[in-house]
Amino acid sequence: MSKQRLVIIGNGMAPGRLLEHLFEAAPDAYDVTIFNAEPRVNYDRIMLSPVLSGEKTFEDIIIHGDAWYEGHGITLHRGEKVTGIDREARIVTGASGITAAYDKLVIATGSSPFIIPVPGHKLPGVLAYRDLDDVDGMLRAADRGGRAVVIGGGLLGLEAAAGLKSRGMDVTVLHLMPTLMERQLDPAAGYLLQKELESRGIEVRCGANTKAILGEREVEGVELEDGTIIDASLVVMAVGIRPAVDLAREAGLEVGRGIQTDFAMRTSDPDIFSVGECAEVDGRVYGLVAPLYQMAKVAAEHLSGVSEAAFTHAETPTKLKVTGINLYSVGDFGDGPDREDVVLRDAARGSYRRVILQDNRVIGAVLYGDVADGMWYNELLKSGEDVSKMRDTLIFGQAHQGGGVAADPLAAVANLSDDAEICGCNGICKGKIVQAINEKGLTSLGEVRAHTKASASCGTCTGLVEAVMALTLGDTFAKKAEGMCGCTDLGHGEVRRLIKAQGLKSIPAVMQELEWKSSHGCAKCRPALNYYLLSDWPGEYKDDQQSRFINERVHANIQKDGTYSVVPRMWGGMTSSDELRAIADVVDKFAIPDVKVTGGQRIDLLGVKKADLPAVWADLNAAGLVSGHAYAKGLRTVKTCVGSTWCRFGTQDSTGLGIKLEKFLWGSWTPAKVKLAVTGCPRNCAEATCKDIGVICVESGYEIVYGGAAGLHIQGTTKLGTVATEEEVIEIAAAMTQMYREQGFYLERIYKWADRVGYDTVKAAILDDLESRRAYYERFVLSQKFSQSDPWSERVSGVDKHEFKPLAVFGEDLAPATAKVEPAE
Amino acid sequence: MNALTRDTNAWRLIGSIDDIPSQGARCVKNGETTIAVFRTADDRVFALEDKCPHKNGPLSQGIVHDGCVTCPLHNWVISLETGAATGADEGRTASFPVRLDGRDIYLNLEPNLEMGA
Ligand SMILES: Cc1cc2nc3c(=O)[nH]c(=O)nc-3n(C[C@H](O)[C@H](O)[C@H](O)COP(=O)(O)OP(=O)(O)OC[C@H]3O[C@@H](n4cnc5c(N)ncnc54)[C@H](O)[C@@H]3O)c2cc1C
Ligand code: SF4
Ligand code: SF4
Ligand code: FES
Repeated sequence: MSKQRLVIIGNGMAPGRLLEHLFEAAPDAYDVTIFNAEPRVNYDRIMLSPVLSGEKTFEDIIIHGDAWYEGHGITLHRGEKVTGIDREARIVTGASGITAAYDKLVIATGSSPFIIPVPGHKLPGVLAYRDLDDVDGMLRAADRGGRAVVIGGGLLGLEAAAGLKSRGMDVTVLHLMPTLMERQLDPAAGYLLQKELESRGIEVRCGANTKAILGEREVEGVELEDGTIIDASLVVMAVGIRPAVDLAREAGLEVGRGIQTDFAMRTSDPDIFSVGECAEVDGRVYGLVAPLYQMAKVAAEHLSGVSEAAFTHAETPTKLKVTGINLYSVGDFGDGPDREDVVLRDAARGSYRRVILQDNRVIGAVLYGDVADGMWYNELLKSGEDVSKMRDTLIFGQAHQGGGVAADPLAAVANLSDDAEICGCNGICKGKIVQAINEKGLTSLGEVRAHTKASASCGTCTGLVEAVMALTLGDTFAKKAEGMCGCTDLGHGEVRRLIKAQGLKSIPAVMQELEWKSSHGCAKCRPALNYYLLSDWPGEYKDDQQSRFINERVHANIQKDGTYSVVPRMWGGMTSSDELRAIADVVDKFAIPDVKVTGGQRIDLLGVKKADLPAVWADLNAAGLVSGHAYAKGLRTVKTCVGSTWCRFGTQDSTGLGIKLEKFLWGSWTPAKVKLAVTGCPRNCAEATCKDIGVICVESGYEIVYGGAAGLHIQGTTKLGTVATEEEVIEIAAAMTQMYREQGFYLERIYKWADRVGYDTVKAAILDDLESRRAYYERFVLSQKFSQSDPWSERVSGVDKHEFKPLAVFGEDLAPATAKVEPAE
Repeated sequence: MNALTRDTNAWRLIGSIDDIPSQGARCVKNGETTIAVFRTADDRVFALEDKCPHKNGPLSQGIVHDGCVTCPLHNWVISLETGAATGADEGRTASFPVRLDGRDIYLNLEPNLEMGA
C-alpha cells in the first residue's frame, strides 16, 4: 500500500507532538510535508523567556533538530507561509509558490499576538512576544540599553519584563487592570507579585491605559491616557493572542473564535484536522500547552487508525517562569454567593494561599510564595472529592492532613496517588513515571525526560520528577550536582544561573536570597561567589578583598614559610638587559634568597618578606615591570617560541603574536588559571598542545587548539579550527576566555569546562557563529576596562596599605609607653 | 624593672577596630612572636599566635568566615575563639585575650593558659 500524504500547516508545539505520537503508532502510514512561516525547526516556545533572560540558549530549547526531520523523511519548508488551501483539488500553496497535495491536512497555525492599534504601533522598536525573532529583537534593543515599556501585565508581559531587566534594561510594565495577571491571580496574590517585581527594580503601573506610542523614526516613548509620558527605546506588546484562523476561514471551514472541530479534532471537512491554539473545541480555545498536547494525541490517534479518542476539557494550572517567583493558580476563583474562600497569609514569608470551595469541593486555588501544595489542590480539584472532613486543615496543605505526612517534600510526593499529575504541560502522572523508571531501568533525569516527557517542557516540575525518581530508585539516585560547599546545597551551575537571573550583586545578597546555611559563608564559597559576581557584573560589583585567597589579595604567591614569591610579567617570554638589571638590583637590595626561571618563561624571586613587597614592586615598576599575576586565577603567561624571527622552521611571528595576546588578555579574572602558548610551527617548541589555549602557526595561518592540561591531570588539546589572521586569533582567544569566564565553575580549568559543556558547543559558539563570537568578544573587552590595571603600582601608591604593615609592634624590652602604635589609616 | 614586667601582662591598646578590615586580620609583633588579631563580620575581635598548628602557616593571611579562619597553606580551619583546629584535624594555636573598649582594641600579651592545654 502506498503511503498517504499528510500535510501540516504550522510547525509549532502542537503538531510537533502530534507527529511524535503518529510515528509511534503508525511509523509508515504517511509521507509528511510541513510548511512553517518561521524559518526554523520546531522549538519549545514556552522556553523563550529563559532564552531572553540568558538562562538558556536557543539550541537548548530545540525540540526536533534537523536530524529528526531527516530521520522521518519529513519535507520541511522553512519560512514558507501557506497562503491558500484548495479543498477541491486537495492542494495547499505557499507564499513563494510551493505546492503540496494532501490526503490528510492538519492546520496548526497557532495564534497571532494582538497589537493594540494606537498611533505609533508600527514604529520600529515595537515588538510582540511570540517567537524567536521577537526575542532577538529584544536582545538587540537590550544591547543598546535604555528603557523598555512592556504593555500587558499577564504571563507573557511579566516574563518579558523580567528577562529584559536581567539583560540590563530599565523596565516599566503598563497594565490596564488594577492588579497583575488578574485572569490567573486574585488581587491579593497580584499585589504580592507586584511588590516582588518592584523590589527587583521593575516599575509597575496598573490601571494604565496606553494612548499613543511616540517617536519620529523609531520608538522614543509611550503616552498614557492621563497624559504621562514615559521614555522608551523598546515597546513590547503582550496584551493577548488571537487564534490564527484566516486561512481556514478563506478555505470555507467553519470558524468561530477558532477553527471549529469535533472532539476528534476534525474540522468541518473530515480530511482536515486542526490542533493547537488555532483550534476551537466544544466552544473553547486554549493558550497553554497541556490541552494542546492532548489535542495532538487525540488527532494522532485518529490519523493512525480508527479510534475512540476524544478531547476532554481540564483546568490547566498556571505558573510564572520567572526564576525566584513562585506562583500557582488553577481553576476558578471568581467570587460568588455559593462559594467559600479559605485564605492563609504569612506576610513575613511573603506567602499567600487561597482555596476556593463550592459544595465542599475544591474549584480553584491560588498560591504565592510557597507553592508546593499546588499540585495537591489540583488533584482535589480534578477528583472532585468531598473535602468537608479536612475542611479545617485544608489550607495548611497536604502535610497537615491526618495521614501524618511530615513536612518533608519527599514524603508529600510519596503520599500522592499514582494518577496524581506531576508534569502539567505533558499530562504525565506519577504512576507513569514510576512505571517507566522500573520497566526501562531509567536512572537519570535526562532519561526520564526522554522516555516520559515529564519536565521536558516548561521544567517547573523538575523537582517533583526528581522526588519521584528518588522514591523509586532509593539511594541509587544521586539527586543533584553536589552543593558548592557545606553552606549550600546548590551547585556551582545553579548559583551562577541564579546570580544572573535574580540580579544578585553582592555576596550578602547571594547568601540571603539563595538561603545560605552559614551566616558568612566559608573559604570555599566566598572566593567562588566573589569571582562570579566580578565576572557577571563588570564595573558594578566591587571586588571583596576579604573573600580572596591571600595570593590574590597581596598579588604575590605565599610560600611554605610565609614569605612570598614575586614574578614580574615578561610579555611573551621576552626580556631585556634593563629589566634583568633591575631584577638583579632588587634581589641584592632586599636580600632575596632565590632567583629561579619558571616553566612559563619568566623569572621568580623567592622568599620576599611580606612587609618588603611594596618596596620591591616600586623598584620593579620603576624599570617598567608589572605584576605577572603568577598568583591569579587569571591569565598567567603566553609562552612562545622565537618563530619566524629567528627559527629556520618558523612560519609566523609567534613571539609577536604571543605578546599581542598577552597584552590583550592580561588582568582579567577567570574561574581558574589560564595559560596560553604560541608556537611557530608544528614542531611545537612552545608546547602549545597542553595549554588552556594554544596557537600553532602554519604556512596558511594559525591553528587554534584548546582544553589541554599538564598538571595532576594530563590531556592533549582539542582542535578548534584554523584562521588566517592574527586579528582572528586574538578575537577567538578573547571570546573563548569570555565564554569560559561566564560559564566556568570556580577552580574549573578550561579543559574541565569544555569537557562539561562539550567541545562542539564551544566550537559552535566561538568559531562557527560569528555573531556569537563577536558578542563574547565585546563582553570581554568591556570587562577588561575594569580589570587591566597593574595591581603592583596601585599598592605602591598606597592601596591596601594595611595588608603590609603590622598593627602594633612591642619589643620585649620596650616600655608600654614607647610601644609603636600605628595610627588608624 | 618589676613595674615593667607587670606592665607586660597588662592590657595594651593596639589600635582601633577600624584598622582591621571586616573579615580580615592584622598582625602585632611582640619580639619574636607574631600575634594575629582578627575581626569578624559581626565586629568581634580575636587574637591567635600567627602560626597554624599544622605547619606554622601564617593564619593572619587566611580567609576569615564566621568564627573561624582558613589557613592559607593547606586549608585547615582554625577556631578563632579557642585556636583549635576544627573538623578532623587536631592541634591548637595559642590564643590571647583581647577586648574592645568602644572601638579601641586592647590585647593582653600573655596567652590564655587555660585554653592552651
Ligand atoms: C513567551 C511565551 C511563553 C509561554 N509560556 C507558556 C507556559 O509557561 N506554559 C504554557 O503552557 N504555555 C506557554 N506559552 C504558550 C505556548 O507556547 C503555546 O500555547 C504553544 O506554543 C502553541 O502551540 P501551537 O502549536 O498551537 O502554535 P505555535 O507554537 O504558535 O506554532 C504555530 C506556528 O505556525 C506558523 N504558522 C502560522 N500561520 C502559518 C501559515 N499560514 N503557514 C505556515 N506556517 C504558519 C507560525 O509561524 C508558528 O511557527 C508561552 C508562549 C510564549 C510566546
Ligand atoms: S616551534 Fe617551530 S618555529 Fe618555533 S622554535 Fe620550534 S621549530 Fe622553530
Ligand atoms: S610541583 Fe608541587 S612542589 Fe613543585 S611548585 Fe608545583 S605545587 Fe609546589
Ligand atoms: S600550615 Fe596551616 S594548614 Fe598547613
